[in-house]
Amino acid sequence: MLSMSDITKTYRAELVETHALRSFSLEVDEGDFVAVTGPSGSGKTTFLNIAGLLESFDSGSYALDGASVEGLGDRDLSRLRNEKIGFIFQSFNLIPDLNVFDNVDVPLRYRGFGAAERRERIEEALARVGLAGRPKHLPSQLSGGQQQRVGIARALAGRPRFLLADEPTGNLDSEMAEGVLELLEEINAAGTTIVMVTHDPELAARARREVHLKDGLIQNGAAA
Amino acid sequence: MGDPGLFGYNLRLAARNIRRNPVLSLLMVAAIGIGIGASMSMVTVNYRFQSNPIPAKSDVLHYVRLDSWSPDEPYQGGEAPPPQLTYLDASALMRANAAYRQAMMSRARLALEPPDRDLRPYFVQARATTAGFFAMFDVPFRYGGGWSAETDDAAEQVVVLKAATNDRVFGGENSVGRQLTLSGRNYRVVGVLDDWEPPLRFYDAGVGGGPGSPIEDVFIPWRLIVANELQRQGNTNCWKPLEGEGLQAFLNSECVWIQFWAELRNADEHRAFVDFLDAYAMQQKELGRFERPLDNRATPLMDWIDEIGGVPNEAVVLLGLSVLFLVVCLINTIGLLLAKFLGKASEIGIRRALGASRRTLMEQYLLEAGVIGIAGGLLGIVLTWAGLKGINAQFDDDMSAFLSIDWKMALAAVGLAIVASLVTSIYPTWRACNVQPAAHLSAN
Repeated sequence: MLSMSDITKTYRAELVETHALRSFSLEVDEGDFVAVTGPSGSGKTTFLNIAGLLESFDSGSYALDGASVEGLGDRDLSRLRNEKIGFIFQSFNLIPDLNVFDNVDVPLRYRGFGAAERRERIEEALARVGLAGRPKHLPSQLSGGQQQRVGIARALAGRPRFLLADEPTGNLDSEMAEGVLELLEEINAAGTTIVMVTHDPELAARARREVHLKDGLIQNGAAA
Repeated sequence: MGDPGLFGYNLRLAARNIRRNPVLSLLMVAAIGIGIGASMSMVTVNYRFQSNPIPAKSDVLHYVRLDSWSPDEPYQGGEAPPPQLTYLDASALMRANAAYRQAMMSRARLALEPPDRDLRPYFVQARATTAGFFAMFDVPFRYGGGWSAETDDAAEQVVVLKAATNDRVFGGENSVGRQLTLSGRNYRVVGVLDDWEPPLRFYDAGVGGGPGSPIEDVFIPWRLIVANELQRQGNTNCWKPLEGEGLQAFLNSECVWIQFWAELRNADEHRAFVDFLDAYAMQQKELGRFERPLDNRATPLMDWIDEIGGVPNEAVVLLGLSVLFLVVCLINTIGLLLAKFLGKASEIGIRRALGASRRTLMEQYLLEAGVIGIAGGLLGIVLTWAGLKGINAQFDDDMSAFLSIDWKMALAAVGLAIVASLVTSIYPTWRACNVQPAAHLSAN
């Protein structure tokens, strides 16, 4: 599903070079649930951005769903993000002045689906996260847990094969976090591959596999 | 725009974004609208000065000039012959009847006494001309018509009224056959013009009928100027003192004061007419006149308007200033757009992560700028209209017919506003769509 080999990424400021990832290699199989952990500055976010095709890398190779992403232009990368990847963010990243329905609709619009198919997918995704009755609510009218569920519904509506979650419970209390985690487990059980970045060991323990990063290097568990 | 569904979606987003920031949006619409209003007002003025007053016939209407000027010094530096003819020459050309149609003309000032004694007499501008005038210039009639060449020859006391004059004197009724007193003499109404307000009194251009000059109130046979010794108006230029006193001495003089137009339907007619003018001048040379080298012209209408300087320098300077003002307004708009679009960086990051390409987002924000441009353009039309009203108020004569915005200018205003808003939005949109999405996603 996801295959990274010898990925390096260095950020260069005027005088300082920061090696965010060094010879980073990771294989994630279809249906896997991988937790990427590590302290702040370990390279977790860089990995997530590269995996999500939001950032380029300096060297190495990356294949998503069997196809290399190297050399792809913005349009192809955007299409891949739209079709194959679902994002779940720590701070939900909902568009504040769009209601729940319209927020979930955003990736489907870029996919070019017709109105009927979009409606069906949105209703199904909202039902799946338990928010079928709140399509007209604005994000500000929802609790943090509900907002994250909208984020998950938005990620699921495109029926991606691969979910990238960035500290998905980081902004939630323990009860809401548990609910979100159970939802992720359920989604994974249904066959969607999940890679979750977290610094919470308890959360990581719920994944099938944990990859620990330190100073841009994998400390364990790179291979599937 | 690629996907029509996405276009509709982007349009909705544009409307939403405009509604969400009403003050910022209004500022941008105002900046574009004011810039467009100022520049389009001056563009309209320049456009009007250069516009063709009679497109259907401008190619065949020719302004006639003969160089009868002093042998010692050319007329005004010698660039062209004098703009008017002497009585002797204009009368000779009329008699020769060498053109398909022709008309000689001058302006006069008459006192009009309405038949209704309750109405007070007032002064009117009169065009004294010959029968060919009305057909030559495609003058439309509401009632009756012009007069005949025989009427010209007999110097009959007939008059054609402008619609406004007929409205004022006869309440707009069909006044053909009614009598009217002009400067103490009775005239019979033979025709009433329909609404005819050419953008400039082009048949008098360069002599007295510049842009904005309204057409005269009444039209009378030219010969009445002489027969009734009417009070003439318009320029008179003489290079030689009159030999004697009185009207006859003036008529026999080398003073130029009569305009002459010829309708020449093709190049052959034009060539033949100029040959005729030269032959006439050669004949006059034998009589001791026309001592200058041959320079006789029959100039097509639009060339004549160009030659007399269709666009005043002031209008050109003001056009330049108004375009600069538009640029300043657009620079302000760039700043406002930059602030608005960069404020959207977080949303742009989210949309990028969810699959929007840079191009898709560029389309979305350019569409938003286009909508603002259309609104600015519509405001610009209103301000152009107001600007032209303001310019009109600076003139003694009513120039509203001349200084009016037509559909072509209105379309141009909206088009210019859209282009301007798109051009100004390119940089802000490019900046906004090139934000690093990752930075904004995690920063949230």
